[in-house]
Amino acid sequence: MAAPSVSTSPHSAIRSTLPAGVRWPDISFRWLALLAAVTILVLIALVGWELYQGSRLAIGHFGPRFLVNSTWNPVTDEYGAWPFIFGTLVSSLIALVIAVPLGVATALYLTELAPVRLRQPVVMIVEMLAAVPSVIFGLWGIFVLIPWLRDHLFVWLKETLGFLPLFRGTIYGVSMLAAGIIVAIMILPIITSVSREILRSVPNLQREAAYALGATHWEVMRIAVLSYARRGLFGAAVLGLGRALGETMAVTMVIGNRPDISASLFAPGYTLASVIANEFTEATTDLYLSSLFELGLVLVAVTIVVNVVAQLMLRSLAGSGTGKVR
Amino acid sequence: MADLSQAKPVVTRPVASAPPMAPRTPAAIAKEPMEVAFDISGFSLWYGANQALFDVGIQIPARAVTAIIGPSGCGKSTFLRALNRMHELTPGTRIAGRLRLFGEDLYAAAVDPAVVRRRVGMVFQKSNPFPTMSIAENVLVGLRLNGVNDRALLRQRLEESLRMAALWDEVKDILGRPGSSLSGGQQQRLCIARALAVQPEVLLMDEPCSALDPLATAKIEELINDLRASFTVIIVTHNMQQAARVSNRTAFFYLGRLVEYDETSTIFMNPSNPQTEAYVAGRFG
Amino acid sequence: MTTPSQFQPTARRHAWRKFTSGAMAGLMLVCAVAVMAPIFLVLFFLVREGASSLDWSFFTQLPKPSGELGGGMANAIVGTFTLLAMAAAIGVPVGVMGGVYLAEYGSDRANSWIRFTADVLNGVPSIVWGMVVYGLLVVPFKTFSAYAGGVALGFMMIPLVMRTTEEVLVLVPQGYREAALALGIPRWKTITVIVVRTALKGIVTGILIAMARVAGETAPLLFTALGNNFWSHRLSEPISALPLQIFTYATSAYDDWHRQAWAGALVLMGMILSLNILVRVLSRDRSFK
Repeated sequence: MAAPSVSTSPHSAIRSTLPAGVRWPDISFRWLALLAAVTILVLIALVGWELYQGSRLAIGHFGPRFLVNSTWNPVTDEYGAWPFIFGTLVSSLIALVIAVPLGVATALYLTELAPVRLRQPVVMIVEMLAAVPSVIFGLWGIFVLIPWLRDHLFVWLKETLGFLPLFRGTIYGVSMLAAGIIVAIMILPIITSVSREILRSVPNLQREAAYALGATHWEVMRIAVLSYARRGLFGAAVLGLGRALGETMAVTMVIGNRPDISASLFAPGYTLASVIANEFTEATTDLYLSSLFELGLVLVAVTIVVNVVAQLMLRSLAGSGTGKVR
Repeated sequence: MADLSQAKPVVTRPVASAPPMAPRTPAAIAKEPMEVAFDISGFSLWYGANQALFDVGIQIPARAVTAIIGPSGCGKSTFLRALNRMHELTPGTRIAGRLRLFGEDLYAAAVDPAVVRRRVGMVFQKSNPFPTMSIAENVLVGLRLNGVNDRALLRQRLEESLRMAALWDEVKDILGRPGSSLSGGQQQRLCIARALAVQPEVLLMDEPCSALDPLATAKIEELINDLRASFTVIIVTHNMQQAARVSNRTAFFYLGRLVEYDETSTIFMNPSNPQTEAYVAGRFG
Repeated sequence: MTTPSQFQPTARRHAWRKFTSGAMAGLMLVCAVAVMAPIFLVLFFLVREGASSLDWSFFTQLPKPSGELGGGMANAIVGTFTLLAMAAAIGVPVGVMGGVYLAEYGSDRANSWIRFTADVLNGVPSIVWGMVVYGLLVVPFKTFSAYAGGVALGFMMIPLVMRTTEEVLVLVPQGYREAALALGIPRWKTITVIVVRTALKGIVTGILIAMARVAGETAPLLFTALGNNFWSHRLSEPISALPLQIFTYATSAYDDWHRQAWAGALVLMGMILSLNILVRVLSRDRSFK
């Protein structure tokens, strides 16, 4: 839309070599941008809707019992999610138990101890780990990690800690523990980098105050840094959990894919994501496919809840506010 | 879009078309009959619930320099930004009252703020040449993005604008260099050239020298003095000597209100309001 | 309670504290080394197992039927590039425009919801995208297709690109926007020519990071692109991709396929690392004076 009044000005008549203002491109550009931003909301709705549509049959057929039933039998067309929920939780927990201490310790090393020259290269190496595709971890897991675990680490664990039910039973190689270890490696980068951000945001005043009391290096970290950053580090762990729960390919390749529930970490297991990956294209009946969709629904529900919790924990720390023009 | 630029005859600087005149000293201008550029009355402005300007009424002369002074937070920058609707970039602002430029209501519903800003250019406190553009591109960006593609015209406007900004001789051989490679004072003059290139009627300057050294400041003041002949210049400054040196008229703002507005000599020598007197005497602010 | 007079215990305690501090520092160093070790182990085996299988036929031939020796992954390599191009065609325009909206328009409240949702979407397991697109495109059109695979990867790219675009746009100083608008330049041109151009390097970096991320994805392709042992001549047919081929070969029973899985993994890793190196080069200086 032009602004006719402007051309009546005595000055603009001789001065303006410019065309009058045209407003429709501005308005359409804004709408286009809004449309793109709203796509995000459409996508999350799409995720919920498609998964719900797909799983309606199973939800109607099995009801809430689906979640606690531990039978998964395509031959009799009876399906229950419990072995997969169990496998997902156990493998993710193993991953967290390994990755959180390692990641936080590395972050501490990077922010508090490492020589400044060394920090950037170490961060880069850790970030490279995040670039490795899941399927390559799986390949490496099958042919490198599993044989080593089977012949060395697992044997040693069984000999030394065999009094615990966790470390008893036959060693196959493919196992819950192997999956947990692979996932731990995969979530190390995110836990390390988020923890590092958190630790870097600890005010120096905290450290100086502790040093001034005569604390040693470690005491400063423990008293001033870690306790100050506790909440944020917990958020980092929860974020890592979110990643671990949904990890698919590498887990599928090393966990053994058996819907059994066993106390032993050496036993094969199965996770929500990996049963979907393995059986989705082979689902012979509608109920079978629908049950897999319902597993997907469970997986999404859990990961979204975990991610929301993580985001809230991390966000409350970093007050965000951006100035903008209109 | 582009055809319009060709449709209109290319007019050279109004400097040439304006009648030849004797050197216009501030005192001489003050005595001429005044042509009004901005005619403002009952103008108020709110940021959300906070009122920043109260019922401002002022007539700003054309082809003269008007200085706006006052302590920080007095609303002088807000007032300046309202003159080309830049305050609309801050969410939640609202205005009331009348604001006319050469008789036209700049806030009428049909008026595109972009068109207002072409007529009323602005130079900022911190020089901000676009970092991805060369000196020449910086000067011409306003024309190019407004649809002017005529190369001869662009070439002509480039030289004219840089000459008006007293920068041509310094940069004519390095037009392809990045704008950010210039010194601070040169960058500010580049920004003035950029604003002049779209041939505005009014040039608003928001403390244009506050980040510059005295030598660069002197150059800009000299430049403002030259611009007086063909432009309406309105300058916000916290430097009272500067206001006294460059302006014909001075407006003193305090707490969002226009306290006093008169010829510069009167404001500084013989103010009628005690607050003005206290401020120009340096007793507060 | 120690009193100043008990000199001996204090000194011993002091030594113990110093020892603990040193031990913990050592432990942290060990942890850092442990965290860095896997990438070297992965790369070492990729090169050792994969390099010997990389030959001309790997890049030019189709896979051989199971049991036969030889063959290559030519179709999977082309398929990966095809899928990436389709993903970028969806993810880049939507992501960049959405980032523009978040950084330049919109109310803070609505934007924080969109931002939050985008972060949550980034955490949705990639296999879920496969299921969603299966329901959205595969079921209605009754066929697995390259389109479906590209859409699944494109959906994953949108929130990634949107967030990084927004983050670099808000770093562009406000003065540039004001200067451009004060010249009477329309808002959309101010954004595209001044703001986006100033932040272009950062935006491109974000796009490359997102592409590197989806390039290695397998799970979203399992029930969309499906995989194909031959050339796909139409985008409405199933298409192969390197990650899919690696998965199939790695979980097979044939030694020759294992060999090729390593080779494929080496090529895929090479592609992704080159993208990452490009990102590092690009982002070496990202300053807006």
